[in-house]
Amino acid sequence: MIKMSERLPAPWGTRIDRERTVEFSFAGRTYQGLHGDSIASAVAANGSYLLSRSFKYHRPRGPLSFAGQDANTLVHIPGKPNSLADLEPATDGMQVQPINVLGSLQRDWGSALGLFSRFLPVGFYYKAFFKPRGIWEYWAPIIRRMAGLSPLDLSYREPRTDKFYGFFDVVVIGAGRAGMEAALDAARQGERILLLDQNPEPGGSLNYSRRDAAGLAARELAQQLAAQVAAEPGIELLTGATCTGWFADHWLSVIYRSQLHKIRTGRTVLAVGTLQQPVIFRNNDLPGIMLCSAAQRLLHYYGIAPGQRAVIVTADNEGYACALDLLDAGVQVEALVDLREQPATGEVATEVQRRQVRVLQGQTVWEAQADSSHRIAQVEVRPLVGESVSQHAGETLRCDVLCMSGGQMPAWQLACMAGAKLEYQEDQARFQLTQLPDGMQVSGSAANASGKDWGATHPWPIFPHPRGKEFVDFDEDLQIDDIVNATREGYDHIQLVKRFSTVGMGPSQGRHSALATARLVARATHRSIAETGITTARPPASAETLGQLAGRRFYPTRYSNMHQRHIAAGATLLQAGAWYRPAYYGPERETAINAEITNVRNNAGVIDVSTLGGLEIRGADAAEFLNRIYTFAFVKQEVGRCRYALMTNEAGVVIDDGVACRLAVDHYYVTATTTGVDRVFQTMLKWNTQWQLDVDIANVTTAWAAVNIAGPRSRDILAQLCPELPLEQEAFPYMGARVAQVAGIPARILRVGFVGELGYEIHVPQHCGEALWDAITDLGVSPFGVEAQRVLRLEKGHVIIGQDTDAMSTPQQIQMGWAVSRKKAFFVGDRSLRELEAQGVGRCLVGFVLPGGESQLPAESHLVVNGEQMVGRVTSCAYSPTLQRGIGLAYVSPALAEPGTSITIKLTGGERLNAQVVNTPFYDADNNRQDI
Amino acid sequence: MPLSLLRRGLQKKEHLKHQFSVNRSLKKHYDVVIIGAGGHGLATAYYLSRYHGISNIAVLEKSYMGGGNTARNTAVIRSNYLTEEGVSFYRESLKLYKNLSNEFDYNIMYENRGQLTLAHNDAAIRSFRWRAEVNQHLGVKSELVDRQTISELAPQLNLDEEVRYPIMAGLWHADGATARHDAVAWGYARGACSRGVELHQLTEVQAVQVSSGTAREVHTNRGKISCGCVVQAVAGNSSVVAAMAGIRLPIHSYPLQAMVTQPYKPLLNPHLSSPQLHVYTHQTSRGEFVIGGGSDPYPLYNTRSTLDMKESLAAGIVELLPFLAQAKILRQWAGTTDMTPDYSPIMGLSPVDNYYLDAGWGTWGFKATPISGKCMAELVATGRVPDLIKPFELDRFYRFQQVNEAGATAASH
Repeated sequence: MIKMSERLPAPWGTRIDRERTVEFSFAGRTYQGLHGDSIASAVAANGSYLLSRSFKYHRPRGPLSFAGQDANTLVHIPGKPNSLADLEPATDGMQVQPINVLGSLQRDWGSALGLFSRFLPVGFYYKAFFKPRGIWEYWAPIIRRMAGLSPLDLSYREPRTDKFYGFFDVVVIGAGRAGMEAALDAARQGERILLLDQNPEPGGSLNYSRRDAAGLAARELAQQLAAQVAAEPGIELLTGATCTGWFADHWLSVIYRSQLHKIRTGRTVLAVGTLQQPVIFRNNDLPGIMLCSAAQRLLHYYGIAPGQRAVIVTADNEGYACALDLLDAGVQVEALVDLREQPATGEVATEVQRRQVRVLQGQTVWEAQADSSHRIAQVEVRPLVGESVSQHAGETLRCDVLCMSGGQMPAWQLACMAGAKLEYQEDQARFQLTQLPDGMQVSGSAANASGKDWGATHPWPIFPHPRGKEFVDFDEDLQIDDIVNATREGYDHIQLVKRFSTVGMGPSQGRHSALATARLVARATHRSIAETGITTARPPASAETLGQLAGRRFYPTRYSNMHQRHIAAGATLLQAGAWYRPAYYGPERETAINAEITNVRNNAGVIDVSTLGGLEIRGADAAEFLNRIYTFAFVKQEVGRCRYALMTNEAGVVIDDGVACRLAVDHYYVTATTTGVDRVFQTMLKWNTQWQLDVDIANVTTAWAAVNIAGPRSRDILAQLCPELPLEQEAFPYMGARVAQVAGIPARILRVGFVGELGYEIHVPQHCGEALWDAITDLGVSPFGVEAQRVLRLEKGHVIIGQDTDAMSTPQQIQMGWAVSRKKAFFVGDRSLRELEAQGVGRCLVGFVLPGGESQLPAESHLVVNGEQMVGRVTSCAYSPTLQRGIGLAYVSPALAEPGTSITIKLTGGERLNAQVVNTPFYDADNNRQDI
Repeated sequence: MPLSLLRRGLQKKEHLKHQFSVNRSLKKHYDVVIIGAGGHGLATAYYLSRYHGISNIAVLEKSYMGGGNTARNTAVIRSNYLTEEGVSFYRESLKLYKNLSNEFDYNIMYENRGQLTLAHNDAAIRSFRWRAEVNQHLGVKSELVDRQTISELAPQLNLDEEVRYPIMAGLWHADGATARHDAVAWGYARGACSRGVELHQLTEVQAVQVSSGTAREVHTNRGKISCGCVVQAVAGNSSVVAAMAGIRLPIHSYPLQAMVTQPYKPLLNPHLSSPQLHVYTHQTSRGEFVIGGGSDPYPLYNTRSTLDMKESLAAGIVELLPFLAQAKILRQWAGTTDMTPDYSPIMGLSPVDNYYLDAGWGTWGFKATPISGKCMAELVATGRVPDLIKPFELDRFYRFQQVNEAGATAASH
């Protein structure tokens, strides 16, 4: 086991608990850390920065930011692939593996690829691997295996998590100085505020950066502000919470404790700070090279001295504050290399001079070199001549850590998602957020306004080396030449540079590469940095998992009020939209279905039709409304009568059907198909928004339960349930409707049917469904399911909308021209139908029968062919126990539609079957069983 | 290592050649003005210049080439459509795609991974059988497969029967493929530019001057140009641009959201799609899972991201592939889909004599790129509408002869 080295005494190490150790394994070795450590800090405490290998060249990599902003720290933890080692807390027993490793983390044979980098230029895969034709299919899997980061655990199952909703006047993102001050200001106005920070504690950079010579001011201010925030009841502070996205109208996604919180706010204050940028020189990616802020985080959060001998390279004043922190922690500062010619001013810089740090003004690190453990061992420093580096060999400085500050980039992602723009300020060598949307404010250092004294920033911290390996994008292993060459090849728009070179496309989404890329592209294409810009910011600003976004997953199920009765009766269920319906009752499918059919034809059966859509249309214009929305005529429909209601869309295509039952002059109860009702309801609302008729439309599907009693005995059965109600043919004719009590339950009774027998549809309030079912079945009536109903309706020649119709079916094609009124002024689809009729019907839905004794049945959707030509397809097909042969419906060309015509059905695999076109209904064509 | 890389590696960098037309001023006249430098516009220019000897062409692009829906689609190539017209058209596109890298001398990374569309109810099975039968009849590899076969094709799928929408069957399209979408646009652009076509990026068309039923001039932010004819290929903005020429298109434009995870080691080969769960995915050669699904429910010319659609895509994909719950989302984006009433494109002649339409590409534009370019080029060069695109003419909406692909498009790109 590797023992950790001594930590620095308090007040260093604000996050760690020195009394509690943790042990975990990384890359096969056991490490000891302290409670509060991240994986990366615990590894660093053991003297190592090596965490991963890079994507393309397998170069050794260590933490750049110690803040979860770079991809160098990606590691694999079971169940948490692609974890950021500098964010993920180290816990006891954790098994951590490095990624992108071929061989071992220390000795990775993939790093040989680096030697061949000139043969793997930017976009190399576009230029090779395709000759001879088809060879890419061999290369692709090899390249795929090299790509990818962590493996995914296929057995992983996540517990379903809830999502949370919050509503605030103001959300302040970032609880650093600017964020806390903004929150306190808003609280004084009496607003309700949510103050978020992704760190475990409020304070932001005050907790690790340095503002003064003594190094006390920042911490004191943090404590002061945090105390005020805590005392303010209007502020809800959430630490460890990451805002991952800004969506229209201030709708924020926040990940807190691994759960998605969705927050609506009146306004958003972004106090998200800046992203310190790297300096770009040869081998700027060696483990031990990190941002100044990273070194300061190590010191202040974890009490870890980043090394023993440090070199600092800086383009602004941040390097000076870092130098003082390192000195205070007992680290020897070999030199502070300042790119700028002008010496820094201010309290901190003066203190650096006072402590006799060697400041190399107007110089840069030209190249870094590693020792055998891959850690930085020395740097070569050279003077700058303007923005170029001197040709002459410079001084070599030994060091085990290099801290860099290449300038600042406002954390732009959330603002730009909201439509803000980045404008480049040449004088400050910084991007500035502008054109903020209404209700958004940027404050603090993200707005280039803060207590920080960056001084003048060197505008060009980019130093090409003849031998390359100056990394612009660590995620994607892209060097200066890769970016420049992309523009030379003509991929010169910043978006094309990104797409061709993949710069900024890795997990860190350009946090440390966007600025340098903009600079390089601008120069290579002779445009300004402002014109060049950066690529589009898109959510998420920080990674969120699919599990967090999915949450519980809302796929609701609907059961009718009689559901438990079906289960008790041994029903097998099938899905119908959101509902489950009984397919048939009994253990054996065919037997059950046939028995149910026979029972309906000879006796009477009951089916649960609660899933049918139900719509209440009320108001003075109710009849007019139906007249417009359905094809039939409704104005003259008498109260107490039902009419078939067929709906077409503007193209004249059939989209739904049902029964419209007139309960009063100004009140219709209309049924719709189970899966169609939501769309029908929506369509009705949409049209009436335009028509402005005096109607109220309500979707009451789930307010009513319903059954259909069908069969020759159904009148007798109903008579027993409602002895008061006259049921004779004259008193309650076919297509009549009554409001009455059934078994003491208030009900709407519709004398309609789908199966071709005498029948009654009984609708009762939803909660009475079970009682109705019991009352009927107690009389000895057996239930039948959807499968039997499908056969029964087919025998009667009724179509099922959606099964026997498709996106082109017109009423004429399905032989329902009778359901279209030609006398009314208008209905949706009217004009199209007239046009289509003038052209003649292109295909017809016809009935067909198979020869008696033919045991093979075509499946629904098998093609009807005429020679090699497709002329139609089967839409419904079943064996009819009543007719004792296979029957079905099929679309055929008009030439084949005459009864008696022989048609050919092509089965899967090519076998052909002959059938004969017949008139429908197949059963009881004269309605002698239904209308009696 | 392939020889071509060795050769290139030994070249000096000065030899890097600009692949496209270098910035230059607009000429006064072009024989053909193509509005839109997406895949379709560039392909049209390519086929015109390579096979029809027409190269006095300007391709005008308001932003950067291939930056519209060419850049925003999920790179799915398939031909398992429903109508005879659709299947025949996309079948030809797929044939062109297979040879495109070698046609270009530029690797578009065409990978024949196969596509599996999942059925979770009886209605879907019926609809898939219909597609399979039509496809097979027309020589396209497509078959209805059972759960056993599904478990062999994509063992990662959750085939549990206790979930809300169990997988009951699938439509297996062995020809389904993917390719690098950007490379398709760039390949066409390189080929066209090397034959004299001028590509003008950051050149926005602001007006089209039509007189006596003929397009005379195209006005841009960089000046006016006169034109022999105009081809518009601006998916996502079709009705807006057509309106400049006085043409009204039956199109509603909807945003379509998509997202991609961070890279993970390869484990999923075919493209998977579930119309019921409104989600589809495949794993790219970089290891990322590209995830797409249904459109936003309202028309909009805006490609902003929405949270609710992202949540819905996540929920759907975790139902299908539960282990993806641990995967991290890298990026979310959106495109604009120009939806026609019958889910088929609008191609060919327009009411303006010399103004040709390549529009209405909904969610099926990328897979049609090569064949669209080829057909549009033939139309421009010969003045005759190729048979393959005859059924897709704008005129069909006036003739009530739609080509309905609704059954083969929803959430199964």
